[in-house]
Amino acid sequence: MSAGERNRAERQCAISGIGQSDVGRRLGRDPLELTLDACYAAIGDAGLSSSDIDGLSTYPGMMFGPKGFTGAGANEVIDAMRLQVNWFDSGVETSGQLGSVMKAIMAIAAGMADHVLCFRSVWEGSAQGAGGRASLGPGGGAGGPVGGGGGRVTIYSPAFQQWQLPFGSAAAPIWIALYAQAHMDRYGVTPEQLAQIALNGRRNAGLNPKAIYRDPITLDDYFNSRMITTPLRIFDCDVPCDGATAVVVSRRALAEELAKPPVYIEAMGAAIHDRTNWDQLRDLTRTVGADAAAQMWARTSLTPADVDMAQLYDGFSYLTLLWLEALGLCGPGESGAFIEGGTRIGRDGSLPLNTAGGQLSGGRLHGYGFLHEACVQLRGEGGERQVDPWPGVVAVGAGGGNTCGCLLVTNVD
Amino acid sequence: MTDQPTTVVVLPELTDGNRHFWQGGRTGQLVLLRCQDCGYYLHPPIPVCPRDGSKNLAPEAVSGRATVATYSVNYHPWIPGLELPYVVALVEIVEQPELRLTTNLVGCALEEIRIGMAVRVVFRQIEDSRGDVWLPLFEPDRDAQ
Repeated sequence: MSAGERNRAERQCAISGIGQSDVGRRLGRDPLELTLDACYAAIGDAGLSSSDIDGLSTYPGMMFGPKGFTGAGANEVIDAMRLQVNWFDSGVETSGQLGSVMKAIMAIAAGMADHVLCFRSVWEGSAQGAGGRASLGPGGGAGGPVGGGGGRVTIYSPAFQQWQLPFGSAAAPIWIALYAQAHMDRYGVTPEQLAQIALNGRRNAGLNPKAIYRDPITLDDYFNSRMITTPLRIFDCDVPCDGATAVVVSRRALAEELAKPPVYIEAMGAAIHDRTNWDQLRDLTRTVGADAAAQMWARTSLTPADVDMAQLYDGFSYLTLLWLEALGLCGPGESGAFIEGGTRIGRDGSLPLNTAGGQLSGGRLHGYGFLHEACVQLRGEGGERQVDPWPGVVAVGAGGGNTCGCLLVTNVD
Repeated sequence: MTDQPTTVVVLPELTDGNRHFWQGGRTGQLVLLRCQDCGYYLHPPIPVCPRDGSKNLAPEAVSGRATVATYSVNYHPWIPGLELPYVVALVEIVEQPELRLTTNLVGCALEEIRIGMAVRVVFRQIEDSRGDVWLPLFEPDRDAQ
């Protein structure tokens, strides 16, 4: 390792503890309670106590909507745990959900804190109730109805949403479907290939007691499932849930003295060189995760060939294909062929993928679930779902569209 | 309230910065903000040209011709009252292909839709007490080469 590599912020830190609350479709529990369950679990896992925590970072923090998107803000948690922090931060405008972990790393490297508690908490399952994913209109998630009469309700859409909503481009599945169609058209990815992301996730979820959907599905089930917006079916869209996930990022030397073997952060990627408007990306077939991934690889001597396992965001199945390409785990446009038949990405394959079931079957824990599972597998704590042999290097990519970030994590110094 | 099913109409909040786009259809024109110094079209509209820093910007009509960059046929009732399925598309205007509009494709069969197909603007007027809006939609341009 060169002096330059040793000085990188990532190399000065390690993940010392992980924690996760109960996870369920609709738990009906106070989201702050779920958040605190995850936070105390992570601190306890590290062998620390609340008084050791001197930093806090979360995505997205306090927001006024959409309902269920955030279970607790930074201030709420700091107060509820009576933390005394030397640095804290939250925000939704960052490099995906893992942007909050990257900020923790930088805070430690900058000397602002030693043990930073990071968390992501959701209660979208309960918030959306029986009505399913957020929709517009009375009782829906976005915007407030104004005016109307005679059965017509008019919503006036401000800011950036005005360019999409009047055309019924009302939700993320449509925005991602537009990328997916462009990619499939250019590279010839087939629906049978795309289905492997959902099938693989469901197979792995069967081994994860916390997963939302655990019953096996077949290719026929996939093709018989409801089309949401072509080419994405309901099985290509993740399942809103309630749950919280936390990790503790510690100063490396301190982490090495703690209860659990440290998970090292080999490199991180936060870059975005593309347009930030979802419909103005320079190349629709390339998620902006490619910029973050390129930055990540430039910060390590490891290469994609060193990756033993991938935990890649599947808020929509197609994003996983784009992450595989962005991270160079397969060639540009080759993700369809790469996942063909599902063997390569299976538990016994050369690149096990989303071993806890991902968000499609495990629940939309929103980015942090992938980092949590990477740590579980790197420590050999996966129980029934532990991949054998344990992975040594795991690539974690989270987010899609204009909000992407990635981490390369390892269990070897 | 009536017992009729609710229809939700989503309209842009009209401002001095976007009226040219949403009401250009009144005269049948697709109107975009354009830098008067370098000729670059800006969408979404912003107050400073990112290419040359100019604030000398003005709305100008374009031809209304475009090509389909991608599309999705939506079957899910995100917006109560909106007839299903409908086609969401991104189209690239011929004057500046990197400028995309989110829109709906109309006037064509689903199996007719192809990425790269030539389309032209048509307007759907929506009456509203805060000011009518003309949604720029696109249909196949059967005259295109």
